[in-house]
Amino acid sequence: MKQFNFHEAKSVKEAVKFSSKNSAFLSGGQTLIPSMKLRLSSFSDIINIKNIKDLKGIKVSGKSVKIGAVAKHAEVASSKDVQKAIPALSSLAGGIGDMQVRNKGTLGGSIANNDPSACYPSACIALNAIIYTSNRKIEAKKFFKGMFETALKKDELVTAVEFSIPEKSSYVKIPNPASRYALVGVFLAKYKKDIICAVTGAQPVVYRSEEIEKALHNNFSPESLDDLNLVTEDMNADIHASADYRASLVVSAAQKAVAHCK
Amino acid sequence: MASMIGSKVERKEDKKFLTGKGRYTADINLHNQLHAVFIRSPHARAEIKSIDTLKAKKASGVVDVLVGKDMQDDKIGGLIAGWKIVSKDGTDMKCPAHPPLATDSVNYVGDHIGLVVAETLQEAKDAADLVKVDYRVLKAVASTAEAMNSDVIHDGIEKNLCFDWELGDKAKTDEAFSNADKVVKMDILNNRLVPNAMEPRASIGDYNSSSEELTLYTTSQNPHLSRLVMSAFNAVHPEHKFRVIAPDVGGGFGSKIYPYSEDVIIAWAAKKLQRPVKWVCERTESFLSDCHGRDHITKCSLALKKDGIVTGLKVDTIANLGGYASLFATVTPTYLYGPLVLGLYNIPTAYCNVKAVYTNTAPVDAYRGAGRPEATYLIERIMDKAAKELGMDRADFRKKNFIRQFPHQQCLVHNIDSGDYDAHFDKALNLADYTGFEKRKAESAAKGKLRGIGFSTYIEACGIAPSAAVMSLGAGVGLWESAEIRFNPTGNVSVFTGTHSHGQSHDTTFAQIVADKLGVLMENIELVHGDTDKGPFGMGTYGSRSLAVGGTAIAKACDKIIEKGKAVAAKMLEANVDEIEFKDGEFIVPNTNKKKTIGEIAFACYLPGTYGEIKSPLPEGMEPGLKETAFYDPVNFSFPAGSHICEVEVDPATGETKVDTYTCVDDFGNLINPMIVEGQIHGGLAQGIGQALYENAYYDETGQLVTASYMDYCMPRADNFPEFRIDYTCTPATSNPLGVKGCGEAGAIASPPAVMNAVVDAIGTEVTMPATAQKVWKALKEKSKSAKKAA
Ligand SMILES: Cc1cc2nc3c(=O)[nH]c(=O)nc-3n(C[C@H](O)[C@H](O)[C@H](O)COP(=O)(O)OP(=O)(O)OC[C@H]3O[C@@H](n4cnc5c(N)ncnc54)[C@H](O)[C@@H]3O)c2cc1C
Repeated sequence: MKQFNFHEAKSVKEAVKFSSKNSAFLSGGQTLIPSMKLRLSSFSDIINIKNIKDLKGIKVSGKSVKIGAVAKHAEVASSKDVQKAIPALSSLAGGIGDMQVRNKGTLGGSIANNDPSACYPSACIALNAIIYTSNRKIEAKKFFKGMFETALKKDELVTAVEFSIPEKSSYVKIPNPASRYALVGVFLAKYKKDIICAVTGAQPVVYRSEEIEKALHNNFSPESLDDLNLVTEDMNADIHASADYRASLVVSAAQKAVAHCK
Repeated sequence: MASMIGSKVERKEDKKFLTGKGRYTADINLHNQLHAVFIRSPHARAEIKSIDTLKAKKASGVVDVLVGKDMQDDKIGGLIAGWKIVSKDGTDMKCPAHPPLATDSVNYVGDHIGLVVAETLQEAKDAADLVKVDYRVLKAVASTAEAMNSDVIHDGIEKNLCFDWELGDKAKTDEAFSNADKVVKMDILNNRLVPNAMEPRASIGDYNSSSEELTLYTTSQNPHLSRLVMSAFNAVHPEHKFRVIAPDVGGGFGSKIYPYSEDVIIAWAAKKLQRPVKWVCERTESFLSDCHGRDHITKCSLALKKDGIVTGLKVDTIANLGGYASLFATVTPTYLYGPLVLGLYNIPTAYCNVKAVYTNTAPVDAYRGAGRPEATYLIERIMDKAAKELGMDRADFRKKNFIRQFPHQQCLVHNIDSGDYDAHFDKALNLADYTGFEKRKAESAAKGKLRGIGFSTYIEACGIAPSAAVMSLGAGVGLWESAEIRFNPTGNVSVFTGTHSHGQSHDTTFAQIVADKLGVLMENIELVHGDTDKGPFGMGTYGSRSLAVGGTAIAKACDKIIEKGKAVAAKMLEANVDEIEFKDGEFIVPNTNKKKTIGEIAFACYLPGTYGEIKSPLPEGMEPGLKETAFYDPVNFSFPAGSHICEVEVDPATGETKVDTYTCVDDFGNLINPMIVEGQIHGGLAQGIGQALYENAYYDETGQLVTASYMDYCMPRADNFPEFRIDYTCTPATSNPLGVKGCGEAGAIASPPAVMNAVVDAIGTEVTMPATAQKVWKALKEKSKSAKKAA
């Protein structure tokens, strides 16, 4: 790790003030610190945002669940309110990494990082999330731009994410056997009129699978996806999963998601 | 006193390891210490045109940047292959020069170019970025299968062939095949593995310019041998002024048996710079530069009679050595492999040919089981295939071919002293409820899952090794072991062993032997190992040898102590030596109340004389002190054997395999501490199941290691395993007085074929290791495609 200046931000305003071309916000540090230790990245200034009060907390209303950016995965997983309102969201958080990662890693860090195999982006899309930042609100579908790429500006801080509460939902992750990130992850949310099937891990960035949504509109059952062959063209391919295998896993995960939707 | 041997004594070492008080090499920091990082080749194969260290040398905190030329100037020798293999045409194996720091060329990603030494690790890393190496990148040879038809890596080593070795009677085996009713053929791939010890390697060199002593702290399974090699071949420092300390070592699995370039370089650098130099390997560095394991491609065939009797076996293997031949690299795919391909079957004739090739990959050397897992994998896979092709029950077919008479001289090398293969096989079938399998299979099918059952039986040659035998086969050293039992005047005991404990719990097991032998309490026995300045020269720990060979040396040293004690007791008790009996720590004259405890004898031996009394308790002419050394050279290998049965459930939708049950019944001879044995089995099974389903060191065609971190190299986790069902049978070894056979490698040897036979049984088509979900899914897809075509 290369040398850097460390700043302890007490407010969102202060955090933004500290930021520069060569700075990074430090949240759970589960991605940032390893990449600095491996010398894949280095910064002149590290701004710790973990202790900013305004970024903490979980608020559940009748329609939505609003979670502060520095909420740890373990907090989301164990929150009784989240478990009740959107059980799929708490189970997603409870399935991220291992206990150590869940006790450090945060929602804001995860979505700001936008790893193509991260879990949370799929929840944001399926749950029509609003992403609150230091100076605006962004709809989830406009937030995730590409692989490790978001709508955030350099000095812009995610402050909270507001998820709408669906009728039913479920998240199924098929883990990469080595890293246990999502080889594919499917977040399925069923609303009164709408069904959203958000897929992570399969392509460079989270997306909605229209084919699956269409099939489920006709008949919300695992069997309705039995003969579905997804287009493999845009699928990621690596040593763990070729494009056609990933395409097939998306269907398998979606079928499980339908079966466990609650 | 209750017998310690055979009881589940709590481990003496648990307290320190479980409370974070282990003292590993990385925990050691010396006064005035410098930090080192290696410059490593990013290319699999390249010529070094120039190395520019000027900028790095001027960087802040840098003390020196050392390169191959500096080592040459100091006449530091290269690394060696310690076991000479002779090719079938009578020529010696061909090993390229292997300088610790490359001078002209690099031959794998991670190969050593230079060492940056600085005041802090940070400064060393920063400076390393400033070293400019000009490479002429060459086409890499990365494939085991293609190595013999590719560019020559090392000048003068044609076809990249180190040796072309054979074992067995070819003519007789050909004859068996021409007389066979049926021949079964099979292609086998044994995947390359990264050992992944929990503690990455580390070294600290420390030179004392006053005493001219050089000390190397290092992560070694074998400090004595490391010192010998570094003195005799690398000329780092003379042996008598060279101390190698392997403190607590966090696992080795073979990968820390042999001295590495890093050891030589760090020791030399400390001497050169006259300051302690510390290097601690990072994880990806360890993936790239630790020796790997396995990596065989094999064609084999089995000759059979109609009734299922095996009449012959042919094996044709290409073994990948990597970029250079490491210390035990040449014996692993030959004498540790070839003789074992017979498994525990009575096969009258066999022929085994092994071609060892160089490629531009990390060196491959002994890894848990070393040769024996590869042998067991091929025989157990082809036995399964043969049973299926003959339409016989796979269990019956195996039993039909078991060796039943002991001692049994096999047609290749080994003379197996003892065993009862039906006993463990039957016990395993029972424990695994083989008869209930069809019912369980139907239950799985009802859930849409495919269930399979797989068997694996094995023998391994452990207790490595009888010196005369191994030296006649090309070993550079004999493989005896040493021990010293040193009674201290106050009656407690220091036990010195030449073996090394790095997860095997020697502190406990060896103390149990001494406690029983000498009647001393466990807490009064301390095992000393891992330091060439303490205790006699020894050969280290690998090949499930420590107990059978090292433990026996300890038992023999105890016998010598008892013998001397009897003489002293006789004098003190005014009795005849032959009258004295030793039991539970007491020397007694039977039918009298005359006795002396061993503590009293020890005291008398060290303080021969009492105040006011001139009379010595020692017999005339006897040396004072109570300390005995024993060297033990085994008369034969030991032959642990066992039967493992695995049941898997495969999800055809995702290809994922779940190991549902795993049963093993092993015959390790006598068990000293069954709890520790169980731990060894668990670890071995985890690694073997890991090889079968998850682990794979994958090089792409340019020789880049794609799986160089845990993001891509899949280690098995606890949740990948069921509760293991473990049981034993026992036929004591006759080759050592303890009757022990060794248990350290069995799990890793037996489990890959058990798992793979189960997977293949479940999916009804072949798949190679590791049977990842993706591969199984593809195999099933292919299968249904060709079924559709056929229909
Ligand atoms: C072993 C391991 C396993 C994992 N497994 C999974 C998994 O299964 N699924 C999964 O989804 N993830 C997984 N992760 C990633 C984990 O979820 C991390 O928490 C996440 O990648 C980053 O969150 P963080 O809070 O640690 O962010 P940090 O590492 O602190 O930051 C990551 C990046 O985001 C920026 N950032 C952080 N917070 C903000 C903010 N509020 N506003 C703007 N920018 C910000 C930082 O500057 C940095 O660039 C795993 C990580 C590890 C180490």
